[in-house]
Amino acid sequence: MANIVELKNINKIYGDKIKTQVLYDINLRFEENSFNSIIGESGSGKSTLLNIIGTLDKPTNGEVFIDQNRTDTLDKKALSVLRNQTMGFIFQFHYLLPEFTAKENVLMPYKINSYKVPKEVDEWADELINLVGLAKVKNNLATDMSGGQQQRTAIARALINKPKIILADEPTGNLDSDTTENVYSILKNINKNFKTTFIIITHDQRIAEKTDRIIEIKDGRINLDLRK
Amino acid sequence: MRLSFDIALRFLKSGKGQTLLIILGISVGVAVQMFIGSLIQGLQISLVDTTIGSSSQITISSVNKDKTIKNWERVVYEANLLSPNIKNISVSADGPANIDYEEDIDSVLIRGFNLDDADRIYKFKEGLLEGSLPFKKDETIIGKELSTKSKAKLNDKIVIVTPSGEQIKLKVTGIFDLEVSSLNDTWVVTNLETAQEILSLDSNVTSVEMQVSDVFKADEIAKQLKYTLSIEDTKVDNWKDQNQSLLSGLNGQSVSSYMIQVFVLVAVLLGISSVLAISVVQRSKQLGILKAMGIKDKDASLIFVFQGLMLGLIGAIIGVCFGFALLYVFTKFAVKPDGNPVVPIFINKGFIALSGMFAILSATIASLIPARLSSKLNPIEVIKNG
Ligand SMILES: Nc1ncnc2c1ncn2[C@@H]1O[C@H](COP(=O)(O)OP(=O)(O)O)[C@@H](O)[C@H]1O
Ligand SMILES: [Mg+2]
Repeated sequence: MANIVELKNINKIYGDKIKTQVLYDINLRFEENSFNSIIGESGSGKSTLLNIIGTLDKPTNGEVFIDQNRTDTLDKKALSVLRNQTMGFIFQFHYLLPEFTAKENVLMPYKINSYKVPKEVDEWADELINLVGLAKVKNNLATDMSGGQQQRTAIARALINKPKIILADEPTGNLDSDTTENVYSILKNINKNFKTTFIIITHDQRIAEKTDRIIEIKDGRINLDLRK
Repeated sequence: MRLSFDIALRFLKSGKGQTLLIILGISVGVAVQMFIGSLIQGLQISLVDTTIGSSSQITISSVNKDKTIKNWERVVYEANLLSPNIKNISVSADGPANIDYEEDIDSVLIRGFNLDDADRIYKFKEGLLEGSLPFKKDETIIGKELSTKSKAKLNDKIVIVTPSGEQIKLKVTGIFDLEVSSLNDTWVVTNLETAQEILSLDSNVTSVEMQVSDVFKADEIAKQLKYTLSIEDTKVDNWKDQNQSLLSGLNGQSVSSYMIQVFVLVAVLLGISSVLAISVVQRSKQLGILKAMGIKDKDASLIFVFQGLMLGLIGAIIGVCFGFALLYVFTKFAVKPDGNPVVPIFINKGFIALSGMFAILSATIASLIPARLSSKLNPIEVIKNG
C-alpha cells in the first residue's frame, strides 16, 4: 500500500539559547486507510510530532512527505491549501467557532475554500451531523452544546472536505468514558467507510488497543511500533 | 472574501458591547467634527456676509484726472460678458458735498444710483425704516444718524451745498438704517441724475460696482476684469485686497477648526485601532483554528478590515444623524432674543459627506494594524496553549 505520510530523520529542537531537543531522528511511514494511534507519556513529544505531520509546525531538520509531496519546504499559502484539502484536525480542545452554529462550524472548512455551498455538500454536512448524532442540535451555537456534542461537531467538521488524513490529538481527553467509546466507534466507522487514514494521539490504553497500529514515543524517540 | 465578511459580521454581533462602544466612539467623533465644522463655516459665512454681503465686492473706478468714467455703458456690458460669476452690476455717481443744517455744516457723501440696480447690492429697501426710494429728481434718502443730526424727518427738505458752492434742496423720501454707522451718518442717496447734477458730472459716473457669486474668487475675477476691459484709465479693486486682516482672521479660524477636527479624528482612529487589536487577541483562538483549517492569511486579515469598514460605515451614518440632531438642538436652544440662532449654522453637504468618508477611511486604516497582527498569528501557538 502507498504511504500517505512519510517522515525522514525528523529532529525538532526548541529555543535559541537554551536548546531543548524534543524529537530525535524520527523515521515513520503511515499507509493509506490505516487506523493508527500514538501513545506515550506527557511531554514525550507526541503533539509536536503530530503538528509536524499536520504542517502546523516545521521540523528543525528532516523531511516530511504528505501524499508523496514534500511539505516542509512549502510556503504558508500552499500549506493552507494543503491542510484545507487533505487534512482534518481534531484537537483535545474542540476549538469550535463559538460565534457559529454546529452546522456552520461543520461547513467552515468547505467555505474556506469556496464560499458557495452546493446542495450535495449541504446534504453531506447533514449526513455527517447525523452520523455523529447531532441532528437535534445542529442549529445550536457551539456554546450551547455539551462537551461531547462539541467534540462530535469537531469530528464532523474534520470530515467535511473528505480529507485523506485525520489527525487527532487526544480527541477524547476531556470526555467521560461512555462518550469516549462512542466517539471512537464513530472514528472507526469513518475509517472503514471513507478510507480515511487516522493518526490519533491517546493516553487511553484501551482505546489504543482497538487501533491497527500502536506507536509509542518515549523521550522524543520511537520506543515501540506494534502492528496488528 | 465573502467568508471573511460573514466572519467579521459574526464577530461584531457576538461582541455586542464592544461593537456598540466602538460605534459610539466613531459616531461621537463624526458628530463633533460635523458640528464644529458646520458651526465654524456658518460663523465665517455670516461674518463675510455681514462684512461684504451688502457692499460692492469688485469696484471699477477711474484713474483719470476728473475721476469719471465716460463710456460706462461699455464697462457694464463687458463686465456682464466676462463671467456668470459676476452679478448685481450697478453704476454710481459719487462725490463729497456739504449739508447745511442752519446752525452747522457737515460733509456728506452724495451717492447717485440707478436705484433698482443698487438696491441689489445695498438692500436699501430692506433697510428703509420709513418712506420709499428716491426715484425722482431731487429726492433723497438718508441714514438715521444723519436724520437725527440734521433734524430732517420724512418729507422734509435738506440743503446740500455742492462743491461749486451752489445750494440744492433735496426732499427726504425715506430714512434708512444699513447697520453701518459711517453709512448711516454720511450717505445721501439719490438717483443718478440728481447726483450727476450736484457733482457736475454731466452724464458720467465715477464707479461701476458689482458682486460675485463666489465671494472668495473676487480677486481672480477682478484680475480678469482688469485684463479684459477695453476702457483705459480704470482701476479694479476687490474686497479681498481691501480686507486682508479679515481674511487672515478667517484663515486662522479655519486652521484651528481643522486642527480640532484632525485631533478628533486621531482620537477616533486610535480608539478603533486599539479595540480592534484587543479583539484580535480575544479571537486568537478562532483565528488559530481557522488557520489550521486552511484559511489564508489574506482572508484572515480581511476579517478585521471588514470589521473596521463596517464599524466606520455604521459609526459614520449614526454620527451624521447625531451631528444633525446636535445642530438642530443648537439652532433651537442657543438663540438670540429674536429667535435666530446665536451662530448661523451652515449645512455643507460636501463637508458632511467628507467627514463621514473620513471616518470610514480612518476606521479601515485603523483596522490594518490588527489585520497585520492576525496575519502574523501562527496557529501552532493557539493550538499548543489551548
Ligand atoms: N515552544 C516550545 N519551547 C520549548 N519547549 C517546548 C515548546 N513546545 C513544547 N516544548 C516541550 O517539548 C516537549 C514535548 O511536548 P509535546 O509534544 O507537547 O508533548 P506531548 O504532546 O507528548 O505531551 C515538552 O517537554 C514540552 O515542554
Ligand atoms: Mg500533547
